[in-house]
Amino acid sequence: MPLSDPPVISAHRLSKHYGDFHAVDGISFDVPAGESFGLLGPNGAGKSTTMRMIGGVSQRTSGELTIMGLDPEEHGPEVRAHLGVVPQQDNLDEELRVRDNLLVYGRYFGLPMSYLRPKADELLEFAQLTEKSGAKVDALSGGMKRRLTIARSLINEPKILLLDEPTTGLDPQARHVLWDRLFRLKESGVTLILTTHYMDEAEQLCDRLVVVDKGRIMAEGSPAQLIRDHSTREVLELRFGSERNTTVAAELQGIGERLEPLPDRVLIYARDGEEALEQVISRGLKPVTSLVRRSSLEDVFLRLTGRSLID
Amino acid sequence: MSSQLSRQDYALEGSTRPLAALYSRNARAVIARGLLATRSSNGLVLVSGFFEPVLYLLSMGIGLGALVGDVEGPNGQPISYAAYIAPALLAVSAMNGAVYDSTWNVFFKMNFAKLYQGMLYTSLGPLDVAIGEIFLALLRGALYAAGFTTVMALMGLLTTPVALLMVPVSVIIAFGFASFGMGITSFMKTFQQMEWVNFVLLPMFLFSATFYPLSVYPQGIQWFIQALPLWHGVELLRQISVASFSPATLVHLGYFLLMIAVGMLLTTLRLRKLFLK
Repeated sequence: MPLSDPPVISAHRLSKHYGDFHAVDGISFDVPAGESFGLLGPNGAGKSTTMRMIGGVSQRTSGELTIMGLDPEEHGPEVRAHLGVVPQQDNLDEELRVRDNLLVYGRYFGLPMSYLRPKADELLEFAQLTEKSGAKVDALSGGMKRRLTIARSLINEPKILLLDEPTTGLDPQARHVLWDRLFRLKESGVTLILTTHYMDEAEQLCDRLVVVDKGRIMAEGSPAQLIRDHSTREVLELRFGSERNTTVAAELQGIGERLEPLPDRVLIYARDGEEALEQVISRGLKPVTSLVRRSSLEDVFLRLTGRSLID
Repeated sequence: MSSQLSRQDYALEGSTRPLAALYSRNARAVIARGLLATRSSNGLVLVSGFFEPVLYLLSMGIGLGALVGDVEGPNGQPISYAAYIAPALLAVSAMNGAVYDSTWNVFFKMNFAKLYQGMLYTSLGPLDVAIGEIFLALLRGALYAAGFTTVMALMGLLTTPVALLMVPVSVIIAFGFASFGMGITSFMKTFQQMEWVNFVLLPMFLFSATFYPLSVYPQGIQWFIQALPLWHGVELLRQISVASFSPATLVHLGYFLLMIAVGMLLTTLRLRKLFLK
C-alpha cells in the first residue's frame, strides 16, 4: 500500500483482557478502503470483541487502533458517524414501529428529517419491508428483524459497515438476498468488516480474511490463498462405516499429503484426489463411498482451529 | 445505495472539544425517542405514577387527618393535616420517580432491552444518553408534580399562589436524585444489588419528617435525618406551600444544587463504566 493511501482500519497488537481471560490477544491487521475483510473463527475467538473495539464501545486493554485515522476511544462519536453496525443479536427498539426504528436511529446521528424520511423509505424497499413499515418490531420474523437491523445500519450511509455474523439464523433464501445486498454495497465503495463462522459466506463476500482463534490471528490472506497455504488442492473423502474408519486409517498412510481420520469418514488431502483414490483401491481397500472435492475454506478453518467443540 | 466513495472520504479530522469522546451534543435525539416510545406504549405507567401520591394524600390526609385534626405549619400557623403532608408527598413522589427512572429503568434498558447498545453504536456518546434520559425523567416528574398540585388545589389545600412554585422546585429535587441515581447505577451489576435502592428509599420516605415533625426524634437522629436529601426536599416544599421562607430555605435549595453538581460529576466520571465495557 502506498503512503498516500492509509488503511481505513489499522490495528496494532490490539488486546482486550477481562481479568485473566484474554479475549483478544495482540492482533494486528490493516484494512484498505473498499475492501471486504473477514474475521473468521469459532465461538469465543474474540471476533465480536474486536468489532466492539472498532466501534469504540469497548475499551482496549493495550495496543493501537485507528479508524479513518482516529482513535475510536478518543473520538467515538465522530468515528461512529461513518460506521454502520449490525450486531450479532438484533437490538432493534421494540418500543418503536418498523419505520420509526429507522427514523429515530437516523436522528441519533443528528441527521435531519428531510433527509431521513425518503432515506427510510428507500431502505425499507432495500430490505423488502415496505409493507411492514407500520408494524411493531416484535411482530416481525427473525429474517425480517435481521433485514431491518441491516437497513438501520445503512441510515447514515456509512463508509465502513461492521457485520457481526450477519446471516446467522437466516434461511438460505434470506441469506442469498442479504449477500446480494452486501455485494452491492461493496461495489458502491463501502468497506465491509465481517465476522462469520460460515465458510461459504466468507468465500462469497471476503476479499481477504484472518482466521482468529483464542484471541490470536492464526492465518491471513484471500480465501484462495489460505486454501493454497493451509490445505491441498483437493480432498478425498472416504467412508468405510463408522467402526472401520479409524482402523483403516493405518493402512492408508502415505497416500496424499495428509490424512485425517474422523468418526464418520477419513479425509485424504491430496493435490489430485482421483489419483489418491486409485492408490487406495490398489491397496485393496474398498470404501463404501468415496468423494473427490475441491478444498474449501472449511478445511482450512478446521485445520487451524481444531475439530473439538468450542463453547 | 448509489454513493461512490473515493479514498479521500476515509480521512477524518478529530475534534478537540472537551468531552468529545463522550458527548456529541445530541441529547435531543434521545429525548425524541423517549417521547415517541411513551406515546406508543407506556400510557399506563404514566397514569400509575400520578396516582400513587394522590392515593397517599387521600388515605392519610383525609382519613388519618380526621383523627389528627390541625397541626402546626412551617410558619407556626395551624394547618390541616392533609395540607401538612401534601408537600412532603410531592417531594417523595419526585424522589421515587427520579430514582426509578435513573436506576431500574436505566439498568433494564442497559442490560435487557439493549437499547443503549444500539444508541452507542451511533454518533451518540454516553453523555448524550445520560442527559437525554435524565431530561425525560424530569419531564415526567414535572407532569406528575403539576397533576398533584392541581389535586391539592381541588382539595382546597393551596392558600397562596406562591405554592405553584412547588412544581419547578420538585423538578430540581428530582434532578438531584436522578443525577445521583444514574451514577449509582453504574456500580450495579445484578438485580439483587438493585434491590438495595429500595432498601434505602423506603425508610427515607417514612422517617424524613414526612408525616410528623422532626422534633419527635432525639437530637442525634434529627441530625442524621437532616443530612439526608429527602428531608431537605420535604422542608423546602412545605415552606413553599404556605409561602413561609427563612434562611433555611436557601440551605435546602443549596443542598439540591450541590447534589445535582456532585451527581452529574459522578455520572460523567462513571459513564464509561455505566455504558461502555
